[in-house]
Amino acid sequence: MSQADDRIDAARILARTLGPGGPELSCEECFAELDRYVELELAGADADGSVPGMRAHLAGCPACDEDHRSLLGLLGDG
Amino acid sequence: MEIPRAESVAAASSRGLHERLQVAGPEREAAVVELHALLLKAARFEVNRRRASLPHLRGDDHEDLAQQSADDALLAVLGKLGEFRGESRFTTWAYKFALLEAGVKVRRRAWQGREVPLEDEAWAVLADARRGVSGEAETRDLIEALGEEIERSLSAHQRAVLVAVTLNDVPIDVLAERLGSSRGALYKTLHDARRKLRAALAERGFDTAERDRSEQR
Repeated sequence: MSQADDRIDAARILARTLGPGGPELSCEECFAELDRYVELELAGADADGSVPGMRAHLAGCPACDEDHRSLLGLLGDG
Repeated sequence: MEIPRAESVAAASSRGLHERLQVAGPEREAAVVELHALLLKAARFEVNRRRASLPHLRGDDHEDLAQQSADDALLAVLGKLGEFRGESRFTTWAYKFALLEAGVKVRRRAWQGREVPLEDEAWAVLADARRGVSGEAETRDLIEALGEEIERSLSAHQRAVLVAVTLNDVPIDVLAERLGSSRGALYKTLHDARRKLRAALAERGFDTAERDRSEQR
């Protein structure tokens, strides 16, 4: 592995173990807001300003992040 | 006044799916069929997206997973119709239930028969990461301190959840199933563990907030 890969690996481990620093939604709140958030994103509106704590939660929770990507992908597909 | 049939059909088709699901009779039955088709579309999308994580499944198995997910999502959506607030399109709101069901089912199927890795394996992950950045004293020391605080500052349950999800890459839904818990409850445990680790590292002089800011830059 190159030095750059090692650095990325270390940064990834630190990010995953320490999670997002700021306030974040719970998984239940994330699910409740997900449809609105994704529609705002697709409309180019200020999704993060409208749903505070969502971005941090998606950074911290791999499962909710995957649900988010899926809904974005499904709606983006047409 | 009796409404002519052609007009009533037109009225039904223009009426929103959410509304038609809440009336009685054949109109609702047709709306349920329509909703199931939408949920199946979303579930198939999700199962196909994750096909690579299920190399041992046949085509029929993928379709079964999608069908089961759509069926379960249909029950969830019908049970929660009153919670729809109209802040998004109804279809977007409904899709997320199918994606959730399909995502959870695929992750659990991918881990069927696999043991959750032991904590010992996570220490090797941390040791590798530390060795990889041996030339960067600050990061190396932070990773070393992190390992020490995972052992020292967390409860056994917090440590098990944090290590499994963040170091051993066990999907949180799979861990929840094994522990008889839920995604939300385990994420709360993970969240509390992370807060404890950040506080412990701050006491030892590590500025994790500054690291967050530099990652964002």
